[in-house]
Amino acid sequence: MMQFQVHGNPTFCYTGGKAFNAAQPTAIFIHGALNDHSVWILQTRYLAHHGWNVLALDLPGHCKSAGTAPATVEEAADVILALMDAAGLARAALIGHSFGSLIALEAAARAPARVSHLVLAGTAFPMKVSVALLEGSLTDAHKAIDMVNIFSHSMLAPPPSALGPGTWLYGGSRALMRRVQASNSTTNLFHAAFKACDSYAGGLEAMAAVTAPVLFVLGRQDQMTPPKAAQALVAKAASAQVVVVDAGHQMMTEAPDAVLAAIRDFLAR
Amino acid sequence: MPGYSDPGFDTLALHAGAAPDPTTGARAVPIHLSTSFVFESSDHAAALFNLERAGHVYSRISNPTNAVLEQRISALEGGIGAITTASGQAALHLAVATLMGAGGHIVASTALYGGSQNLLHYTLRRFGIDTTFVKPDDIDGWRAAVRPNTRLFFGETVGNPGLDVLDIATVSAIAHEAGVPLLVDSTLTTPWLLQPFAHGADLVYHSATKFLSGHGTVVAGLVVDAGSFDWAAAHARSGKFGELAAPYEGFHNMVFTDESTVGAFLLRARREGLRDFGAALSPHSAWLVLQGIETLSLRMARHMSNTQRVVEFLAGHAFVSRVGHPLLESHPSHALAQRLLPRGAGSVFSFDIRGSRAQGKAFVDALQVFSHLANVGDCRSLVIHPASTTHFRMSDDALAAGGISQGTIRLSIGLEEPDDLIDDLKRALRAADKAGA
Repeated sequence: MMQFQVHGNPTFCYTGGKAFNAAQPTAIFIHGALNDHSVWILQTRYLAHHGWNVLALDLPGHCKSAGTAPATVEEAADVILALMDAAGLARAALIGHSFGSLIALEAAARAPARVSHLVLAGTAFPMKVSVALLEGSLTDAHKAIDMVNIFSHSMLAPPPSALGPGTWLYGGSRALMRRVQASNSTTNLFHAAFKACDSYAGGLEAMAAVTAPVLFVLGRQDQMTPPKAAQALVAKAASAQVVVVDAGHQMMTEAPDAVLAAIRDFLAR
Repeated sequence: MPGYSDPGFDTLALHAGAAPDPTTGARAVPIHLSTSFVFESSDHAAALFNLERAGHVYSRISNPTNAVLEQRISALEGGIGAITTASGQAALHLAVATLMGAGGHIVASTALYGGSQNLLHYTLRRFGIDTTFVKPDDIDGWRAAVRPNTRLFFGETVGNPGLDVLDIATVSAIAHEAGVPLLVDSTLTTPWLLQPFAHGADLVYHSATKFLSGHGTVVAGLVVDAGSFDWAAAHARSGKFGELAAPYEGFHNMVFTDESTVGAFLLRARREGLRDFGAALSPHSAWLVLQGIETLSLRMARHMSNTQRVVEFLAGHAFVSRVGHPLLESHPSHALAQRLLPRGAGSVFSFDIRGSRAQGKAFVDALQVFSHLANVGDCRSLVIHPASTTHFRMSDDALAAGGISQGTIRLSIGLEEPDDLIDDLKRALRAADKAGA
């Protein structure tokens, strides 16, 4: 792991078990709402051992990172660019999931020359959140977490998945969301992230400003951000590749090999 | 299986972790009796060994059939994952050995299965791990037993065989105040009667030999992680959980809590405990446990209704001096059981007959439907005399602390016609009465 001072706050980055190597390209992994770096375990660790520096951060105010949780996608995008400054990175590939995909998109639009590749997994624009979930995240977070959890998974019998054989993804995802929510005593991270997704209006303009090649990784059974909800962004991208995997919204853990293959092949371009 | 609500218990008991085999179309879970699994390439092999990708390498570490069972019990318990082991004892050892080495200390309930008591009281002490035993209902005792080196609280959902119910919420709160997790042996209740994670337990283990497999055919164990205990935060405060939160030289200096925010325990337990101690479960045994779990709710319901009939019969019999089941108001855990175990407090319980030890022997020998053997949780009804068998290594004081006397008889109520069980008990009680004449 590495820790950087971002906007004055210690920011945790998982590095896949490898030390930073200035001679290698770098990929920054950005998690979604109520997730943290660990949702990328079966993509980051592989890339870290195959020629890439990996920085999978915990967003500010989440789990092992200090600071105030970003209230908007734009604020979070500034965090990513500040992280690149702190790490001394002129360029990096940005890889985001769900809320994190919007953050990656906005960061790539703000500094197009600094982004070598853009990967948007489980993405949609607009990323509207239902009133029931927005309200539920405020009034009964555990119940809302259960609702998101069931919408985010698509199978009772995944192939060997994160963390490996014997892992029950529904349980793992629920436990992680509860842990992330409990990691911040001042901000309702669940509500903050959903509100940021719901209110983000600049997706199409941002995509128009992106110059890096873009990979969309979409889940065929995704009920949170179904593939059709990404089509406006796909249409707007100058250079888009779309890979549809057999998984739900939590595709990195449900279909880790397929997601890894899509990212690995795209980054090799 | 996209849906709009969590799948129910019986759906999970049949489907969690298993889909039709993509190659053969087999609907039931195949038994993968293969020690090893072919790598796609050298890169795939290296990635599997380095935890960069998920998959099976060698059946001591993981196996596709065992993985189905691990997912299924996790789903039923509300956990994040599980590890199959060669027995319930191996599951307990794996849990303890993953969390501590020499110098560690456990606070445990006195109301434990004799084998668990042996492990903690004798064997682990030989390896430098000490245990303080506390009566499960002695709430102040749990708190007072904590030492600077305490790393784990441990109890049984219902103690064997006195059925003292563990107040999981209260004991787990004390454990968490002390910065340590609560491990619960859930063998006698199964997730159909009680889900310890919902009440604050952090780790659960089963002797799957008992109700989960349910047919007296297999020896197996399972340890399940709730993913709720924050090992990194606890280690930062106390330095107690370096096994999970500090670099592990034995596996590429991996910091398990960095790899997985909620799954560090399972990573270490599999990568170290299964790898090095090797108490792996045969895939064939895993399959037998899966067969049992598929009908768990049906069987447990019958176990509970039969138990109620037998308890009521024994409680009303003149030759019986005590029946130790929380169904009865006379049981010290009656109120707690009503709250925690509304479906029943299990079908393994003890009772005392009036009369001598010889009369107790006459009772056991006269039974025809009940089988006299050392097991519980079979579909057949079972009987044993704990003081001379399962708990024979324990002193009188330790026996008394566990609610066992020399005249105690333990029953495990099976799935037979309840009238036949009662007739069998009537006959044996008559024989015991005559033996005293």
